[in-house]
Amino acid sequence: MAGNDLTRLRAHEMAAALRAGDVSARELLEASLARIRATDRPLHAWASLDEDGARDAAKAADRRLAAARGAGQEALAALPGLLGIPVALKDLVVTRGLPSTAGSRILGGFVGPYDAHIAERLAEAGAIVPGKTNMDEFAMGSSTEHSAWGPTSNPWDLTRVPGGSSGGSAAAVASYHVPLGIGTDTGGSIRQPAALCGVVGLKPTYGRVSRYGIIAFASSLDQIGPFGRDTRDAATLLQAIAGRDERDSTSAPIPVPDWSTELAANDDEAAGWLRGARIGLPRQYFVKGMEPGVEARVREAVAALESAGAIIVEVDLPHTDYGLATYYIIAPAEASANLARYDGVRFGYSEHEGDVLGNYLATRGRGFGAEVKRRIMLGTYALSAGYYDAFYLKAQKVRTLIKADFDAAFASVDALVAPTSPTVAFPLGARLDDPVAMYLSDACTLPVNIAGLPGLSVPCGLSDRLPVGLQFIGRAWDEGTLFHLGRAYEAITADAGWRRLDPADLGALEDPATPTPAERMAAHA
Amino acid sequence: MGAAAAGAPVAARYEAVIGIEIHVQLKTASKMFCGCSTDIKDAAPNSRTCPVCLGLPGTLPVINRRAVELVLATGIAIGATTPEFTRWDRKNYFYPDLPKGYQISQYDLPLAANGHLTFDTSDGPVTVGIRRAHLEEDTARLIHATDAAGRRVSLVDFNRSGMPLMEIVTEPDLRTGEQARRYAEELRLLLLAIGASDAAMEEGQMRVEANVSLRPVGTDAFGTRTEVKNMNSFRSVERAIAFEIERQARALGAGEVLVQETRGWDDDRGITYTMRIKEDSDDYRYFPEPDLPPLRADRAWLDAIRAGLPELPAARRARYRDELGLSAYDAAVLVGDPGATAVFEAALAAEPGLAPKAVANWVTGEYLRLAKGAGEGSGAGASGVDGAQLGRLVRLVADGAISGTNAKQVFERHALSGEPVDEIVADLGLAQISDRGALIGIIDEVLAANPGAVADVRAGKGQASGFLVGQVMKATRGQAQASVVQALLRERLGLD
Ligand SMILES: [Zn+2]
Repeated sequence: MAGNDLTRLRAHEMAAALRAGDVSARELLEASLARIRATDRPLHAWASLDEDGARDAAKAADRRLAAARGAGQEALAALPGLLGIPVALKDLVVTRGLPSTAGSRILGGFVGPYDAHIAERLAEAGAIVPGKTNMDEFAMGSSTEHSAWGPTSNPWDLTRVPGGSSGGSAAAVASYHVPLGIGTDTGGSIRQPAALCGVVGLKPTYGRVSRYGIIAFASSLDQIGPFGRDTRDAATLLQAIAGRDERDSTSAPIPVPDWSTELAANDDEAAGWLRGARIGLPRQYFVKGMEPGVEARVREAVAALESAGAIIVEVDLPHTDYGLATYYIIAPAEASANLARYDGVRFGYSEHEGDVLGNYLATRGRGFGAEVKRRIMLGTYALSAGYYDAFYLKAQKVRTLIKADFDAAFASVDALVAPTSPTVAFPLGARLDDPVAMYLSDACTLPVNIAGLPGLSVPCGLSDRLPVGLQFIGRAWDEGTLFHLGRAYEAITADAGWRRLDPADLGALEDPATPTPAERMAAHA
Repeated sequence: MGAAAAGAPVAARYEAVIGIEIHVQLKTASKMFCGCSTDIKDAAPNSRTCPVCLGLPGTLPVINRRAVELVLATGIAIGATTPEFTRWDRKNYFYPDLPKGYQISQYDLPLAANGHLTFDTSDGPVTVGIRRAHLEEDTARLIHATDAAGRRVSLVDFNRSGMPLMEIVTEPDLRTGEQARRYAEELRLLLLAIGASDAAMEEGQMRVEANVSLRPVGTDAFGTRTEVKNMNSFRSVERAIAFEIERQARALGAGEVLVQETRGWDDDRGITYTMRIKEDSDDYRYFPEPDLPPLRADRAWLDAIRAGLPELPAARRARYRDELGLSAYDAAVLVGDPGATAVFEAALAAEPGLAPKAVANWVTGEYLRLAKGAGEGSGAGASGVDGAQLGRLVRLVADGAISGTNAKQVFERHALSGEPVDEIVADLGLAQISDRGALIGIIDEVLAANPGAVADVRAGKGQASGFLVGQVMKATRGQAQASVVQALLRERLGLD
């Protein structure tokens, strides 16, 4: 197969080709690296590459494949689904010996001395990690513009953002750099960029994936999840990283179902799952400021689900309006403590000016970007004596109410369906001066984090030639239902014309004259 | 204030209000939230660290179950309530010895609350209320040094970072420096008995801080308090607080206004000095630790901890008095020194028939003399003492197999070398000869060799009898039992 064709394969197609001996892990990796080298300059999806480490891993994967092929069909079938498959890691997954910067100057030069739990799990599964992807600093943002290393573009329109904070992974998967990527989602940071880049992204139930080795933003909200170009691939990736880890006391000892094999390969069978499925449509998720094109695509998708046999029920989540305020107290409060360790004493960026306080002011003053400082100040304020009860404690009470809304809804439906983002990808720089407009990007996703529930975003068409995402929200620990819904929706829209479209600016990525996202932003300003 | 009160000595016009905060390092194998060893005493700097206790990005804490058990055990031992639901909180502040920029501690739901401890003082027993005992992690250690270029630098040793600490806070129930010292001593005994901590103050395993304020006798409102630190021995706790009471009394008596401040104790100069003036109260922005789920201590776990508690110091003192018939003084001395307690218990266990008082005399006398002598750099030390061997020695004395004087010699050698008592007695040839057959031959020889003395004895001269006994003792190198020799002499001389 030609290099360019290899990068077009989905992960499960790669797995089949590897087992059949049609392709080697090394060839898949080289195709991926070649495509990254050729097209990443104008996209800037990647923060760093580890070509040598990835090649070593690919060789090891090829040896495992060869040994299994020699041992027969059973040994081949027992191989992990990710063996030999390239997977992008967000730049906040700590890996031994490689940079992990979380998009921040303050972690410039930081090389982790240990592997995150998910990095260990991916290595055990034989996945190949070509490098780490760009992100909003400390995952604070919805556009990947708040990276100390410059913004990332959206391959559907290079003048627009890919969403965030996991915009690098989403853009890399959408641009055929890799079939799979890892993101983290604190208020929508997987689902929103998945929607804006036209790929699949899942935020698992809080506690499903160990956070050990994930550079923390907001501990009670952060979850790690997969990006893929279809639901089955996303399920396979989640399968590899999910489960209890003793090093994360908030990771749950809940069994991990075999999602990937439960999902039907056959479209008719997959679509059949919709018959009689009860799906709630929350009235409050069609928010003010939602673009008509987005609402139209989502309502069309809901209609398609209904005509395939799903029972659509309108439901109320009355406290949705308080989600944003609640989130912007809890997340910054936790972040203000989580980010206190960046003091220039032990690792990373360090400035020396006078006494201890002088060192702190210089290191943190120059090491953190404006958005991070804004959130540290918000959080510090919310936790301060005299304000704690009015802000943090109140927010925790509202959190309970928001959870109760979902519990009530799930008494009558199996899952919810909603928009992922109220808008399509917005132009680079458009919301940088208006934090509240930026925060509204996550209005439909962050209540899911507040409640600790799983949420899946799948592409559901285009508006103004830009992707729109459809969000399925499930009961805690019920990622399975979301995968079935996502897979079913893919099956019933398999023939849709938009599914055959490539990201519109894919060609421009291959033109060396195309400016980088930072150059585009500078020109725009 | 009345004329009589105004005329009283300054200190007598005020009542001191003292509360004590004690941090103790818990005796666990690993640190509070990671697997690093707590054996840091002679470890090279930063050799007992891992990504977790260095606070590296991405790391998460995992609770040390043993540390929780030790705090719960302490709570049960002081009669505290131990809630079935508790949680962890972040205490936020910046300092280079605090790697995460927050300390994981407990704020409003401590593992133990509302306990009490009773101890003896020179004025009789005192009971202090214990407000709370909670679990937290220790900070790293800062070392201030000068580098090769002559610049002043601060180095951080993270070996201590994340060591498990229990903080125990009393109510402001104490009134004198002596009470404070006695409380700390009694608490230490309790912790040692439970095995919660080695609580060695000189090793920093037990850190005592005192809040001291004064108020006019007969009033209830609290005065301005100072926090006294750097008291590195029980003696300095008493001295520092006594000094601080006197200092505050003088200041108040002179009409000065006290400031709320942290003061350090200078043991050499015997004074407290200003370390830090608190202009406003610290805002630590406590909030629940989101990386750790709340902890539920169920009834069965608490019951198991309660059942596993050893005999506590107060109960032991009572048993020594009431069941073993020891004096209150002997009981207090024995229980006041864990080494003495262990030797006493082991001696009685090895020789159950011995009179407890006889064993107690040996432990409070010879044993503690040697043990404390070693501690002060003089004396032979008592590191070799095996309680069971002491029991054997006391048994030999009781049976008349060895003299009391020789027994002390044997014990000193045992204390140093740990050799079995019987071997030392044999080696030194100290076994008493009380056997009639063995002694008659020697006595007859002495009588034959000293006809003059024999004649004197027969004539009723008492001193001559003593001379003959001495000659027999000399001939047996002191091994003859004097009472037996006397009886045999009279018998051989036909005086009975
Ligand atoms: Zn450690």
